[in-house]
Amino acid sequence: MLYRESGQFKTSYSADQAIFPIRQDNWAMVVFLLVAFIAVPYFGTEYFFQAIMIPVLIFALAATGLNILTGYCGQLSLGTGGFMAVGAVACYKLTTGFPEMNFVLVLLLSGIITAGVGLLFGIPSLRIKGFYLAVATLAAQFFLSWLFNKVAWFQNYTPSGTITMPPREVFGIAVTGANADAMDRYLFCLVFVLILAMAAKNLVRGPIGRSWMAIRDMDIAAELIGFRPFQTKLMAFSVSSFYVGVAGAMALSLWLGSVETAEAFDINVSFQVLFIIIIGGLGSMMGSFVGAAFIILMPIVLTNVMVGALGMQAVTAKHFEFMFFGGLIIFFLIVEPHGIARLWQIAKEKLRIWPFPH
Amino acid sequence: MALSEQSIPEAILSVENITLSFGAVRAIRDVSFDIKKGEIRAIIGPNGAGKTSMLNVINGFYHPQQGQILFRGMVRKRMRPHEAAGGGIARTFQNVALFKGMSTLDNIMTGRNLKMNKWNVSLLAAMFYYGPTQKEEILHRQFVEKIISFLEIEAIRKTPVGRLPYGLQKRVELGRALAAEPDLLLLDEPMAGMNLEEKEDMCRFILDVNAEFGTTIALIEHDMGVVMDLSDRVVVLDHGEKIADGTPAEVKANQNVIDAYLGVAH
Repeated sequence: MLYRESGQFKTSYSADQAIFPIRQDNWAMVVFLLVAFIAVPYFGTEYFFQAIMIPVLIFALAATGLNILTGYCGQLSLGTGGFMAVGAVACYKLTTGFPEMNFVLVLLLSGIITAGVGLLFGIPSLRIKGFYLAVATLAAQFFLSWLFNKVAWFQNYTPSGTITMPPREVFGIAVTGANADAMDRYLFCLVFVLILAMAAKNLVRGPIGRSWMAIRDMDIAAELIGFRPFQTKLMAFSVSSFYVGVAGAMALSLWLGSVETAEAFDINVSFQVLFIIIIGGLGSMMGSFVGAAFIILMPIVLTNVMVGALGMQAVTAKHFEFMFFGGLIIFFLIVEPHGIARLWQIAKEKLRIWPFPH
Repeated sequence: MALSEQSIPEAILSVENITLSFGAVRAIRDVSFDIKKGEIRAIIGPNGAGKTSMLNVINGFYHPQQGQILFRGMVRKRMRPHEAAGGGIARTFQNVALFKGMSTLDNIMTGRNLKMNKWNVSLLAAMFYYGPTQKEEILHRQFVEKIISFLEIEAIRKTPVGRLPYGLQKRVELGRALAAEPDLLLLDEPMAGMNLEEKEDMCRFILDVNAEFGTTIALIEHDMGVVMDLSDRVVVLDHGEKIADGTPAEVKANQNVIDAYLGVAH
């Protein structure tokens, strides 16, 4: 049987509304989970976890958050880095302030605190749209960076200005701190990100997702059929910030361990996450993951090819990387603004009626 | 079709002395009329007569400077559009205002948003999905499927509406308005830009909606043949003023209306 919807008949609405209506997708998902949970930990090295898998998962989560706001609700944001910093600082303050608190709860609370901050910066969205809103969120980015740098309370008055995550355990296994094994951190990340991604998918395919998309596509019509634009946008802002905040908290605790907030979560991070959703696909959950994998892997592959195989100098390779990257963004913006996920969608639609063209 | 005045005595909506201005421009001047329960009421007039502004006043998008609107016997002060929607007023737009990135099914589902149980679709329930949210989705999907088969758009259920031809988009938009089970349905030029066949289909749907669901309909239309055939009563606006009100036959014979449409000899 071909990979397509035609021929796979549904007999109930619940089957028709499933996340993966095509049978083969379910199998692909099972294979993916087996690989992620068994093959990767079995074959992975410390470098593989630390440099590839953990950042991919964390950036995928941040991209999921930004996708909710930009891809689904249509509100452009350049404050992702700032909100990740809020998550990281909240995580740091919560773990140091309440040493007994469960680490999972710390992560969730960091997200909720970020959601509150995001809500606050979402208020201008009632009046301003598009690029103007992007500038307002850019202000959030710079303000938050400045705040965490300037007010020493956020760093617990450490003279260096860096925040360091103390060791914490989940179910008796160390997941943060210097002694935590990379594989354990990866597995924790994986479970946490998958659960949150599932929740995000559920949100966007349900009534709340429809309200976001309605606001994105035609806000006046959305208001006239009963949606409340302000509440809907604020909900998108806070849910999005929750995801971005958790990603920031995870970046500090499970990936970097110790960061200087203003530097680790600067404007470049905001752009990086934005590129992830542009390349991966605006308004697609899968796009967030594919885009994150692409953006993290591409520099590593390029460096390996240019330095390892072609014998270039590392500096030259870095410059080529920038050029390649910029070219790629322009290419996607012109040719396929909906990213890799859209290409996949088109392939699916072609297969649906194959071998006929129409 | 044409119901006698006695059989439909109750006005579902009355517009009383409405005046709407934008700065120095007076879009609507002291206009009053009523819409009776179960009727098809047409609002006609030359371009710029204030027809669409009138619809925007009725569903709370514009706020008139003077006058009041009685909806189901209650005086409405300043009302927000979503409150009008909650009160049972649904509408379609002159230039299609669908959610282009969403499928036909999702577009019509958005019309059900006010009918959904707030708790079943709250944030946490929706994050979990399985359970209350899924039950709610299936419940409303069943209703939406009825509309889809009523409008004969089964084949385009999963197609993003941005890719549909204009005539079908208009039909989907009608479906979205119907999904709200409105008491009063406002149609802004439902047949604009359609060919004869599409117009005939749309007329059939409008008559069926009126007859089967008992929905009161107010429509703006430029095709006089359609207006005269479909509507029970017609109100004519010109330059923001009401110049005639009555059955299609009365309006057709009215000298003011003829003057407004054809011009007056000097």
